[in-house]
Amino acid sequence: MRYSALSIVTNALSGNRNWKPVWREPEPKAEYDVVIVGGGGHGLSTAYYLAKEFGITNVAVVEKGWLGSGNIGRNTTIVRSNYGLPGNTPFYEFSLKLWEGLEQDFNYNAMMSQRGVLNLFHSDGQRDAFARRGNAMRLEGVDAELVDQAAVRKMYPFLDFDNARFPIQGGLLQRRGGTARHDAVAWGYARGADSRGVDLIQNCEVTGFVIEGGVFKGVETTRGTIKAKKVGVAVAGSTTRVMHKTGLRLPIESHVLQAFVTEGLKPFLDGVVSFGVGHFYISQSDKGGLVFGGDLDGYNSYAQRGNLPMIEHVCEAGMSLMPAIGRARILRNWGGVMDMTMDGSPIIDKTPIDGFFLNCGWCYGGFKATPASGFCFAHLIAREEPHPVAVAYRLDRFEKGYLLDEERTGAQPNLH
Amino acid sequence: MRLPCPLCGERDSGEFTYRGDATVVRPDPASPGAKEAFHAFVHLRDNPAGWHKEHWYHSDGCRSWIVVERNTLTHEVRGAVTAAAHTLARREAASGGKSSDDGSNEAPEADA
Repeated sequence: MRYSALSIVTNALSGNRNWKPVWREPEPKAEYDVVIVGGGGHGLSTAYYLAKEFGITNVAVVEKGWLGSGNIGRNTTIVRSNYGLPGNTPFYEFSLKLWEGLEQDFNYNAMMSQRGVLNLFHSDGQRDAFARRGNAMRLEGVDAELVDQAAVRKMYPFLDFDNARFPIQGGLLQRRGGTARHDAVAWGYARGADSRGVDLIQNCEVTGFVIEGGVFKGVETTRGTIKAKKVGVAVAGSTTRVMHKTGLRLPIESHVLQAFVTEGLKPFLDGVVSFGVGHFYISQSDKGGLVFGGDLDGYNSYAQRGNLPMIEHVCEAGMSLMPAIGRARILRNWGGVMDMTMDGSPIIDKTPIDGFFLNCGWCYGGFKATPASGFCFAHLIAREEPHPVAVAYRLDRFEKGYLLDEERTGAQPNLH
Repeated sequence: MRLPCPLCGERDSGEFTYRGDATVVRPDPASPGAKEAFHAFVHLRDNPAGWHKEHWYHSDGCRSWIVVERNTLTHEVRGAVTAAAHTLARREAASGGKSSDDGSNEAPEADA
């Protein structure tokens, strides 16, 4: 069913009793052309683009829990393409362009809102680094504006501009950046994939892979063995656990990142603002809650929850930036498991196993990449060559020395 | 989360700085295959979902490097030794000595 104003009105007149489930709950078939492991944002978008752009519809997505039960539902919903490295900028810009047309493309309201992303700077050195990044973005055709303190004062008069330690000098603004409704992104892709014939199989955990002579043959699951010509693994924080079944060791550590939301407030903050100090970023959801987060807790974790020192640190950073939020009460906080690579950049590549493809290492930046990650992974699986904007995301770049270290912190995942 | 520093006793984790997996060992640069061994040392990790031996630095305390054994699924801690003691135990194990602890992480639990 295609959503339209007419469908909303007619269903409203019949008491909203006639809406149909937006995807089927099929039993797994014995064999598929492609099996995608992981029914999160990246797995679902991969299946969607495989069917829509590359004509491969005999596809199953197998998911251990329910669709969208991982990081696609645990992030802070920010969408942007303000990256500075040549291997990253075109990829994230491709992703932002897909975001801009996403709702029309999959006929689903993802509440995409280009409300602007402002990264603040607090010293001359930081301003120079941001100017450099903005110029790198503009060379790739991405919008970036270096704004001074007066312009920031006009946008957000309530920030603590004259902070004794970290005065706000200005910021790097990407007006096309913004936020999207995270769950709706997963649901939109799931519905779009399902309507094109993709089987979305929930409560189906992968227990092993059938690999004969270095060639992929199928996946073993809690709902039986499923044969397939190709498999794509997109399981984010669980990457090591799933890939352990193939014996492949990866340049990945799983870390916990916490996020927070306050009680609903009146409209107060109309864009996304990041503090260039201890790291703190904040936006206001359409329901009114302030959604914010900071850095990783900093130690290996699969627990989906963090600890109090980082909560204190993030809240202190928030208070330094905008003292006005001090009286808002935190409604919830939660943690997500991040697949942190050693250089802070993702991997979309073939593996040494024939027919076995890997999409992982999204660190804490996977949400904004959801459309391009799926598109490029589908391209790789369908054509067996990388999409032009994702050529840098090779698995062997660590061994060969072609690292993509956007934060320039070295092989230390908790510093990215 | 509180970590049991072998020298100071149990302290808040905020006093410590994390380094990472304590089971990877720096290879001998003169050994054959050192290039691959260094790649593995710098980049590849077991990343277990379960018990993990890891380096922490007691930066706001006694400034010792310690090796903590912690469960990455629950954040439960079941012991800590100084990094020096950890290295000694590993060397003894490598030379066929008496220590039963070879310093490695337990194999990741498949379905943990």
